Amino acid sequence: MKLIVPKQHSFPWFGMDIGGTLVKLVYFEPKDITAEEEQEEVENLKSIRKYLTSNTAYGKTGIRDVHLELKNLTMCGRKGNLHFIRFPSCAMHRFIQMGSEKNFSSLHTTLCATGGGAYKFEEDFRTMADLQLYKLDELDCLIQGLLYVDSVGFNGQPECYYFENPTDPEQCQKKPYCLDNPYPMLLVNIGSGVSILAVYSKDNYKRVTGSSLGGGTFLGLCCLLTGCETFEEALEMAAKGDSTNVDKLVKDIYGGDYERFGLQGSAVASSFGHMMSKEKRDSISKEDLARATLVTITNNIGSIARMCALNENIDKVVFVGNFLRINMISMKVLAYAMDYWSKGQLKALFLEHEDKDHLHCLQALIPSSLFFSLCISLRAATGRGVDDEQDKLPTPFLLRAQQAIFVTQNKNMMH
Amino acid sequence: MAERGGRGSGHGSLDKSITLPPDEIFRNLENAKRFAIDIGGSLTKLAYYSTVQHKVARVRSFDHSGKDIDNEPLYEISVQEEITARLHFIKFENTYIETCLDFIKDHLVNTETKVIKATGGGAYKFKDLIEKKLGLKVDKEDVMTCLIKGCNFVLRNIPHEVFAYQKDSDTEFRFQTNHPNIFPYLLVNIGSGVSIVKVETEDKFEWIGGSSIGGGTFWGLGALLTKTKKFDELLQLASKGQHTNVDMLVKDVYGGAYQTLGLSGNLIASSFGKSTTADKEFSKEDMAKSLLHMISNDIGQLACLYAKLHNLDKIYFGGFFIRGHPVTMRTITYSINFFSKGEVQALFLRHEGYLGAIGAFLKGAEQDNPNQYSWGENYAGSSGLMSTSPDVYPMQRTRSGTFDMLEMDRLERPLVNLPLLKDPSTYIPDTVDLTDDAMARKYWLTCFEEALDGVAKRAAASQPDSVDAQERAEKFRQKYWNKLQTLRQQPFAYGTLTVRSLLDTREHCLNEFSFPDPYSKVKQKENGIALKCFQSVIESLDSLGWEERQFALVKGLLAGNVFDWGAKAVSDVLESEPQFGFEEAKSKLQERPWLEDSYSQWLERLKEGPPHKCALIFADNSGIDIILGVFPFVRELLSRGTEVILACNSGPALNDVTYSESLIVTERIAAMDPVIHSALRDEKLLLVQTGSSSPCLDLSRLDQGLAVLVRERQTDLVVIEGMGRAIHTNYYAVLRCESLKLAVIKNSWLADRLGGKIFSVIFKYEVP
Repeated sequence: MKLIVPKQHSFPWFGMDIGGTLVKLVYFEPKDITAEEEQEEVENLKSIRKYLTSNTAYGKTGIRDVHLELKNLTMCGRKGNLHFIRFPSCAMHRFIQMGSEKNFSSLHTTLCATGGGAYKFEEDFRTMADLQLYKLDELDCLIQGLLYVDSVGFNGQPECYYFENPTDPEQCQKKPYCLDNPYPMLLVNIGSGVSILAVYSKDNYKRVTGSSLGGGTFLGLCCLLTGCETFEEALEMAAKGDSTNVDKLVKDIYGGDYERFGLQGSAVASSFGHMMSKEKRDSISKEDLARATLVTITNNIGSIARMCALNENIDKVVFVGNFLRINMISMKVLAYAMDYWSKGQLKALFLEHEDKDHLHCLQALIPSSLFFSLCISLRAATGRGVDDEQDKLPTPFLLRAQQAIFVTQNKNMMH
Repeated sequence: MAERGGRGSGHGSLDKSITLPPDEIFRNLENAKRFAIDIGGSLTKLAYYSTVQHKVARVRSFDHSGKDIDNEPLYEISVQEEITARLHFIKFENTYIETCLDFIKDHLVNTETKVIKATGGGAYKFKDLIEKKLGLKVDKEDVMTCLIKGCNFVLRNIPHEVFAYQKDSDTEFRFQTNHPNIFPYLLVNIGSGVSIVKVETEDKFEWIGGSSIGGGTFWGLGALLTKTKKFDELLQLASKGQHTNVDMLVKDVYGGAYQTLGLSGNLIASSFGKSTTADKEFSKEDMAKSLLHMISNDIGQLACLYAKLHNLDKIYFGGFFIRGHPVTMRTITYSINFFSKGEVQALFLRHEGYLGAIGAFLKGAEQDNPNQYSWGENYAGSSGLMSTSPDVYPMQRTRSGTFDMLEMDRLERPLVNLPLLKDPSTYIPDTVDLTDDAMARKYWLTCFEEALDGVAKRAAASQPDSVDAQERAEKFRQKYWNKLQTLRQQPFAYGTLTVRSLLDTREHCLNEFSFPDPYSKVKQKENGIALKCFQSVIESLDSLGWEERQFALVKGLLAGNVFDWGAKAVSDVLESEPQFGFEEAKSKLQERPWLEDSYSQWLERLKEGPPHKCALIFADNSGIDIILGVFPFVRELLSRGTEVILACNSGPALNDVTYSESLIVTERIAAMDPVIHSALRDEKLLLVQTGSSSPCLDLSRLDQGLAVLVRERQTDLVVIEGMGRAIHTNYYAVLRCESLKLAVIKNSWLADRLGGKIFSVIFKYEVP
């Protein structure tokens, strides 16, 4: 995919990832504005800058994640701060309305956007706010982003890791994985839904299949079952629950292993199977329900991913996506499932950005998809094509960005 | 019908209030042996083997030597008792288990059975109860092994067992032709979880995968979300819901289709993706629908992935999640179509609910070698496919809530394909699918209804010496009438509805009430009359020139075919004008060109080509048809040097000539005719039985002996005559050798449909 390169790098610089649930917005605030520029800066640009940087909440639902702010970055020769703002996708129209009211279109800016919303709201941006979107395909963004972060590494460590001895809780250990020869790999992106890609080279990939049972399903069911409101809340509950009170195991049916088919007694025979009984429904805890939902969705993703890997004859499976953010339970379940059912033939790989160490700093991390889209969006914003190998983001920027994340995260952990 | 009574509300409150009608369920318990039971989550399936004593009509030749035969019947007819084997399967709700066990105990008289094979999740729970009540030792069998054994058995023995489900077409159930080779296939059993099993041979199968997201997930999660307790009610909710209120669709994310990937906007991007909020209420119906889609899609996707990995294209779905529920069959079918891009078809089984019980039974009956026999579904004793969806047919609710039955008769001899079928895997005997053709269905059902009183009357009249003949005839009338009403409601109940299945069902019902051969006397009389005319017919044929004779022979075949008690128009004529003669019949025939007329090609073939090596002739009616129509034709073929295999039905059906009748008739003709006499002696004329007792003809289920002979004698001509065999069935059958299909259309509706008038002639000569 070749991007149309914006002719001028005029401010403001924005990048957006408009997902099914959340809109993630990055805004580059230049700090090296000269007096001359200051004078030339049109009034509404100034007011946008002031509005965004002086507030941490916008309207009822917009939030600026101050702890994620990256200060004193150098980008395309300009110094400034990078701000992270998020708001629910359902507020998108209000956002566009605001863009219209603030007369955004007069700024000759390029609004780069990825995610499904880039398509969904393109027309609205044009008609309501007279704004043209530069759309970036999210799967392109995903793959480019993944390859990029892997190429720069994570504080000198490989970005990628796996679990050693995933079937043994005592011995299970995180180990770095060298992704020097990434191809072919199966890339499983778990957002609201699931997309599974077979990647054969940087620009040769295909979408193998997808599943509607993804992060959105986990959160949607949890909200209905437990009354929780956020992903973090749902995960917290799940961490305290026990899914075996909800799920029917093989041993619940057969009294032990089902030897005829080589099934362990501890394998789940029927997710939510115990909930067929009224007595058990009446006595079940919300935590157990949240845990069962999490395990059910995760196992299913693992199962589909494993079958795709077999059908595509690929033995490296990389799991990424918002769903795995701060979600060590799912990562371990996936690692276990891939190893156990493939008898050790398949490896589940993860990225540092969804590390277990982040478990306690719920708000700390930039979700990987945002991270990737950020990379891409910024590149687009700075007028570089995504398929241009030579035009990667400047490494120092990225390293600094990651350090910033790391620092923020440590800060959070101290609370 | 049994009352449903109060449903068990807690543990141990098994329902005892029902009274079981012994005539209708648990039949033939007196001789039952080899019990098997499959206890599922809500339904119990009981299987047993029994011998059934029923009446058969036998014919026996008199010793005519030196007697005046003119005033005596040709042969003696006697009704005898015969014992045949039958498998009984009964399905009922677990609530009734105690009542049923008591009932069985009371009626089980002379059994040597010591053990009962048990399978299913509930077998543990009820083990003690069964042992206590029946005094039999419970012998547990593996669930999956039983399921697969049962599956193989129904795939092999029950025509139209398999169907594809199409909600939006006129026929929801599209039944499949039984493929001669049933392996390999994938069985996806959706119980509380999902098991995916690859079956390669009778004994070789492998669990290749599964999923914990199954029927239990739908039920358990559905109950939590909607506070609805019962599985059926959840399905009912789902069928009324709108999943788009709960699911996040591709268009919710993209605004439309995701075109770069070719994903339609209506595709679900995230199940329950819209319920990720605490401040919105969702309707029970919508949530249930969303859940149903989520689970069905997921199972379909996994099934396709496994099918692809193992290179299989046949997937049978079973388990309580599927069990006749149109809602789930529809969503699973949709999912399979979507994920396999139409390459794999989701298939379902009519007797899916019985597989475990059948398999457990077969495990217990291994020493009887049940697999070496052919079995046939008894339409009279089987309930047929019932839709259990409460919405579709509310009247069935009571029925599915009580008892459902399947009975299978052991056939005398193994049945096989006619070796001359061009492609056994695509052969469909029946010409018109009445499940598909509403107009034709309406006509034929009415036709059979209208003829029913006459058939019942004839049945009663055929046994003048029996005191209860009237009563039995009335029972027969009632039973068949009910079957016809069921078929009006649910044409798919016994597989594809065809004229053949309607005729066969009537025969099964007649047998059920001990009317093995209501036409025996009529046939006896007609055979006697026709034999008297045989010689004069031969003389007049012999006086003709070659070409004239060939035409006269064909006309004779056709005229003989006018005599058919199966067709209402003819039975009217026959009853009012008993002297309706052979010549008159000829004059009724349509003049050439016939409605379907390849007579010239046939004549050309006879003239120019070498004599056929061996002809296989499927005979139709007794009397004039076989004696004055078929035999002169046979005689001509023999004279040409062609060997003839004459195939007649093993058992009686209408006025069709049976094998045993054909033996006597042939013997009598041989006494008069030297050509037939020497052909019999030299084994150039061979009489065989078809293995069938149907007025129609299924070339994929024929007696093995016939098939062997056809191969040995290098048969190169097949002659099929009569409406039942050549029009209702086999009209489009493609053979590997030359064939003649001839019939007179004795039904004005059918004639009209084919573009002709009553007594139009079909003469179809085909060369491969």
